[in-house]
Amino acid sequence: MNVDILAAQGISKRFDGFAALTAVDFILRKGERVGLIGPNGSGKSTFVNCLTGIIASDDGSITFDGNDITATPAWVRAKRGLARTYQIPRPFRGMTVQENIEVPLRFAVGLRSARTISDAAQVILNQVGLADKADVSPKVLTQVELRKLELGRALAARPQVLIADEVMAGLSDSEVDEILVLLTRLNDDGISILLIEHIMRAVMLFSQRIVVIVAGRKIADGLPDDVMQQDEVERAYLGE
Amino acid sequence: MSTQASPAYQPRKSTLVPTRLRSGFAIVLAGTILIAATMLVGSRVSEYYYLAAYTILQFIVLGTAWNILGGYGGYVNFGTAGFFAVGCYTTIVLNKLFQLPLLIDMAAAAATAGLLGLATGYLTLRLRGVFFSIATLALAIVLQTVIINWSFVGGARGVYVVRQEISGLFDSYAHLLVTLMVGLATCAVLAAWAVEKSWIGIGLAAIRDDETAAETSGVPSLRLKLIATTMSGALMGVAGAPFPYYITYVDPATAFSLAITVNSIAMPLIGGTATWWGPVVGAIMLGSVQQILTVTISSAANLFIVGVLLVLFVTAAPRGVVGIVRAWKRGRK
Amino acid sequence: MNFSWDLLVNAIISGVVLGGFYAATAIGVTIEFGMLDIVNIAHPAFMIVGAYLAYLVWNSFGFDPFIAMVIFAPFGLFFGRAFYRAYHFFFERRGDESLQGLAFFFGILFIIEIGLVLIFGVDYRSITAPYIGPTFGIGLISVSWRMMVPFLVGLGMLAGIQLYLSRTFTGRTILAVSQDIEAVRLIGADPIRAKEIAFGIATASAIVAGILLLIIQPVEPSVGREYIGRAFAICVLGGMASVPGTLVASLILGVAETLTATFFGPSWSPAVSFGLLLVTLAFRPAGIFGR
Repeated sequence: MNVDILAAQGISKRFDGFAALTAVDFILRKGERVGLIGPNGSGKSTFVNCLTGIIASDDGSITFDGNDITATPAWVRAKRGLARTYQIPRPFRGMTVQENIEVPLRFAVGLRSARTISDAAQVILNQVGLADKADVSPKVLTQVELRKLELGRALAARPQVLIADEVMAGLSDSEVDEILVLLTRLNDDGISILLIEHIMRAVMLFSQRIVVIVAGRKIADGLPDDVMQQDEVERAYLGE
Repeated sequence: MSTQASPAYQPRKSTLVPTRLRSGFAIVLAGTILIAATMLVGSRVSEYYYLAAYTILQFIVLGTAWNILGGYGGYVNFGTAGFFAVGCYTTIVLNKLFQLPLLIDMAAAAATAGLLGLATGYLTLRLRGVFFSIATLALAIVLQTVIINWSFVGGARGVYVVRQEISGLFDSYAHLLVTLMVGLATCAVLAAWAVEKSWIGIGLAAIRDDETAAETSGVPSLRLKLIATTMSGALMGVAGAPFPYYITYVDPATAFSLAITVNSIAMPLIGGTATWWGPVVGAIMLGSVQQILTVTISSAANLFIVGVLLVLFVTAAPRGVVGIVRAWKRGRK
Repeated sequence: MNFSWDLLVNAIISGVVLGGFYAATAIGVTIEFGMLDIVNIAHPAFMIVGAYLAYLVWNSFGFDPFIAMVIFAPFGLFFGRAFYRAYHFFFERRGDESLQGLAFFFGILFIIEIGLVLIFGVDYRSITAPYIGPTFGIGLISVSWRMMVPFLVGLGMLAGIQLYLSRTFTGRTILAVSQDIEAVRLIGADPIRAKEIAFGIATASAIVAGILLLIIQPVEPSVGREYIGRAFAICVLGGMASVPGTLVASLILGVAETLTATFFGPSWSPAVSFGLLLVTLAFRPAGIFGR
């Protein structure tokens, strides 16, 4: 399918005179796997925050599944099917792992009955491999487990689009592979994925298309091999 | 990562999902018994105990109300006295204009204070939590200034309130007030319990832990915060509505007393903010201590101790009595 | 009251002079809340402690308030640093700043106020000094020295603090911490020590402001409460972490309050600062100078 599920046009954002994003255009098609790369501080997280509704862009528009969501609050976007993970995991520390998963089930998906919510939560816990940690507090989880919890929470929202923001940062090679397998399976199930990562091998393996943002501007957008050969991209990563 | 379920996989019931209605029934039962007991005891107990009971019950309501927004939601209200006073002065205004039954006064107080909570929330809850707190502080002082300058309700000099006639059910007005307060306290605690177990409470807990992550998980944070602020404000107002009949002379200094604000914060924090019985325990403990102290030492020294206890608990036992009890239970397993 | 240009001009000048004093009371909050993100609502209580300390040495030894400033400002610095260390240990490290932290400062505010009531009672205390009483005039305008002195000291304090923050290494570290605490760690500086010193400076400024207050008017323990609203209103209106912003906002507040008091009566004065704060928070939370 070549339908756009998520589209952003002309997104700009300034903080205090500093231009974090300048006229960024972006498209994610249904079922696609897109990688977003760029040096630290290039504006990737700001872009994700604009897409998910945490901050409002100064300019531009965002469309989701055909609807304009530029002014839509973050929680409504989550209900519509736009989910994300956070670069630095942000679990609900006062709840157990399972309770964390149940929040989006209850609010984004809108499930009501206790039994339904609990069952659905356990399915997700199994999917991300946290079934045996259901009743523990996030405070005692390892980094990998926290990332899995982030993914689990995003999944629990039954998204059409999943934005995975540096979910593999700091993980070992085998852990990275675990997450890749999970993400690929999710994509097979129909979820469109925007992968923001620094781990190039993962990005190249996973993405059908790569977008590059440097200093707040999109400088490349195309097939992975093509993009990585472009001069500006090489310069941004390897220096002059 | 395992792709199959771990062996002997047991479906677990979620602990967060409301299945335990036992607590709710317990609250209603306790309240009913207390009301019946109070009605029966009547004039056999000295007036002093009624007045002490009234104060403690009032603080159960105020502490519970405060905790709905503070403990459950993480938003600190420094203006409890303001909302309480709105309840008082709603009664006073209605009393001067018409002579209405106390229950109508209470309903009006709930509506006025609730609306005030909604307005304050709407103006400030889109900002950081600290701005809401400072706004409540500001609100209380602005309200007090307004009342001081409003001669219809007596301004700074205050106003006398004539108690209404009591029906034969009650032996004295104090008796009526305490019975009413038991009912009110029961309702307040029941409301807090209901909120805590419901989707509102779960959403507030998510907001308290991480508001941004809650939003992107589909939690309508502004809406929930406004619900909590409105409920909290309304309950505080209702607590204030019978107060003029209790003390019969009201002036701004008494209605807006700092003791009300500090107690409504200290009692939940000392009792424990995580659940509905924390503020109750805190109110009974701290309230009783204060009743004893006020008789033996000055009221200023009494308040000083409340402040010291607040700081001590917040520093050393931040989860309050609830936290201590839960830790002890966990240790036993 | 009758309207006259005389009255208006005098009110405005008085307001500006008052604003200078308000700047002294608010600069500590600008540092603590605007720069360090610590909601120290007990700041005015520290101020009142300073006032009472000055009263004590005046009453016992006849010391002029300026001597009290010299003695007690360093004490404020030392105490502020120790206080921040404790706050950091118990609250910041635990990540418990919001609910518990706020309740903590409220408790401190409360303890200080009631403690002062227990020690000194609720009567007003005042001092005398050669510059409390006389006024001077320029044409239509007459200003009293007891207002002028705090105005000048307030300006001096702000200038001193601004110089310190912009010219010294520690000062610049403090400014850096206020913008991005992680970045400060990355360059190898210790943000906690910078915060500690900043808090010490803020507490010292509170002590001095309290002594200035005693010069202006008699004090009693609950006087501090009005200044919570004033200090935070000024901090927010001035853009949170800006020293020049604090000054401008203070002058605005001073004039607004004086005009209100002159034309509507003094009992409305406390409402002005709080009202201004509520309006600013509702419509322009970034303040005048702010981000």
